[in-house]
Amino acid sequence: MKNATKGTRYNMVTYAMVTAVFLVMQGLLLAGKVSNSLAGQLIPICVYVCMAISLNLVVGILGDLSLGHAGFMSVGAFTGVVVSMSLTFLPPLVRLLLAIAVGGAMAGVAGVIVGVPVLRLQGDYLAIVTLAFGEIIKNLLNNLYVGVDKKGLHFSMKDAQALRLKDGTILINGPMGAPGIDKLSTFVVGFLLVLVVLTVTLNLIHSRTGRAIMAIRDNRIAAESVGINVTKYKLMAFVTSAALAGMSGALYALNYSSILPKKFDFNTSILVLVFVVLGGMGNIRGSIIAATVLTILPEALRGLNDYRMLIYAVVLILVMLATNNPILMNNLTLLKKKLRGKGKGGASHG
Amino acid sequence: MAKRKSTTKMVPVPSDSIVPERDLGRAPVLETKHLGIDFGGLTAVDDFNLTVGATEIAGLIGPNGAGKTTVFNLLTKVYEPTRGAILINGQETAGMNTVQVNKAGVARTFQNIRLFNDLTVEDNVKIGLHNQVKCGTLTSILRLPSFWKKERLARERALELLSIFDMQDMASHQAGSLPYGAQRRLEIVRALATNPSLLLLDEPAAGMNPVETAELMDTITYIRDKFQIAILLIEHDMNLVMGICEGIAVLNYGRIIAKGTPDEIQNNPQVIEAYLGKQD
Repeated sequence: MKNATKGTRYNMVTYAMVTAVFLVMQGLLLAGKVSNSLAGQLIPICVYVCMAISLNLVVGILGDLSLGHAGFMSVGAFTGVVVSMSLTFLPPLVRLLLAIAVGGAMAGVAGVIVGVPVLRLQGDYLAIVTLAFGEIIKNLLNNLYVGVDKKGLHFSMKDAQALRLKDGTILINGPMGAPGIDKLSTFVVGFLLVLVVLTVTLNLIHSRTGRAIMAIRDNRIAAESVGINVTKYKLMAFVTSAALAGMSGALYALNYSSILPKKFDFNTSILVLVFVVLGGMGNIRGSIIAATVLTILPEALRGLNDYRMLIYAVVLILVMLATNNPILMNNLTLLKKKLRGKGKGGASHG
Repeated sequence: MAKRKSTTKMVPVPSDSIVPERDLGRAPVLETKHLGIDFGGLTAVDDFNLTVGATEIAGLIGPNGAGKTTVFNLLTKVYEPTRGAILINGQETAGMNTVQVNKAGVARTFQNIRLFNDLTVEDNVKIGLHNQVKCGTLTSILRLPSFWKKERLARERALELLSIFDMQDMASHQAGSLPYGAQRRLEIVRALATNPSLLLLDEPAAGMNPVETAELMDTITYIRDKFQIAILLIEHDMNLVMGICEGIAVLNYGRIIAKGTPDEIQNNPQVIEAYLGKQD
């Protein structure tokens, strides 16, 4: 069972790392030792960690470049807003959890709708079409009007008047986005969502389904020759990824008092892709670290004013050079082995 | 290295082929009828008729570019035939795709090795077991008890199959890092994992030294005996072909020019001409 335990141990370390960071942050929060700017970033960090993990499932594990991941995030976000704001009679935590669940489900449905035609393509073509779909979803939301009154939900693709609300509230107001959201998201739920996303992704990867998905990535023709239904498993990875992105989108939206559809544009998709690429394709732990560091970094550098984005860019380039340098990575693995060897001789470092 | 020669008694069947006498009572595992494919105006394979008995080791030989691999690609539906029919265990395969053909019982290896290079040796075999040991996605994500049971079963089966080639100690190695010969063997194990009734081997001895080739010959015979399956192989190593194949078909310019036992093939003037050119 050497191999199985090795994989399991790696996963356990990842869970432990995430939990430890959460406990430290939670402790500091309770002690009031966290700066306002960092406290405000905790939930976005959770969101981007989830986004990076879920995108890694498509880009790293399935091996298909998707440039429209923010589209699924937005589906989850606006679904989450509608769900939470139309169920105001429920306790806040239930509203939040329901918003995340339904947001994920709707994003999953969007994943099926987009995935069926798109996954026939490969490589650059797939990237271009997912990019287009991301923009299409954004534009659809730009023209979506949703309101709620005593009769229930009203939808329109025309304008706010067409909703014909009788003293109700407008939940989504086209390009003006969702104006009055109750800020329901909490850091604890954010952390739990990270754990859920992480568990789903890692369990999926280390299973028959995950092996089939990676087989398609490594060699499609060989995968077919051993009886793996390529379309089915590609779609499964894509839809799971979309659903997880939708869940993080709902958490994201309910962290603000208002959100705009244009927040979820191409730039957000690329931002998440940067996390995945810098963390390492297929490397889930790397995605978590990259998403955390690169979300904090621009804020942490705020004191440097004009040089902020310059330093951010330089850091990106340096990380890219370092992770793509075989000699450096080789030395790093050797160093790791040495440290591990010493750890076994002395105290148990896990 | 001792020269071996198969001593199977071959008997003719309708469709102008021969099969081992012991397979007469059983339906042939493979039967092709006037199989052909055109690429644009070029006819790559034409009028290809071959019957492979249920436990036969058959060879497909021919000069470079004769269309041998194309025949494999037709049999596994990588290409859709332009003409003719392929019957696997008596079942017509028209309209089937690669996945369905595999489920019907055909597994193959590739001339240019196609392993899942980033995965471990064990995972490569487990992927071969995909349709043999099944476990639902939701069961896997929730890590239900049946998931662990299935994983254990898959692992046992994988190690058992790897032990055919004495490779169980390499289970945790990365497939892409294996030596060439081991990669070829791993491909055979992976194909076997799909529980085929017909195993197609595309140049299994390519790149192997004479000692490895001799071992491979033993192993191929062993696989046939243990699993009671048919094996059709493409090979340029004549020691291997003449040593273990019971029936041989020779392909030249996409057409079968001779069929017979190793003895008959070795002395067939048309075959000699195809390989060595015409004698003046």
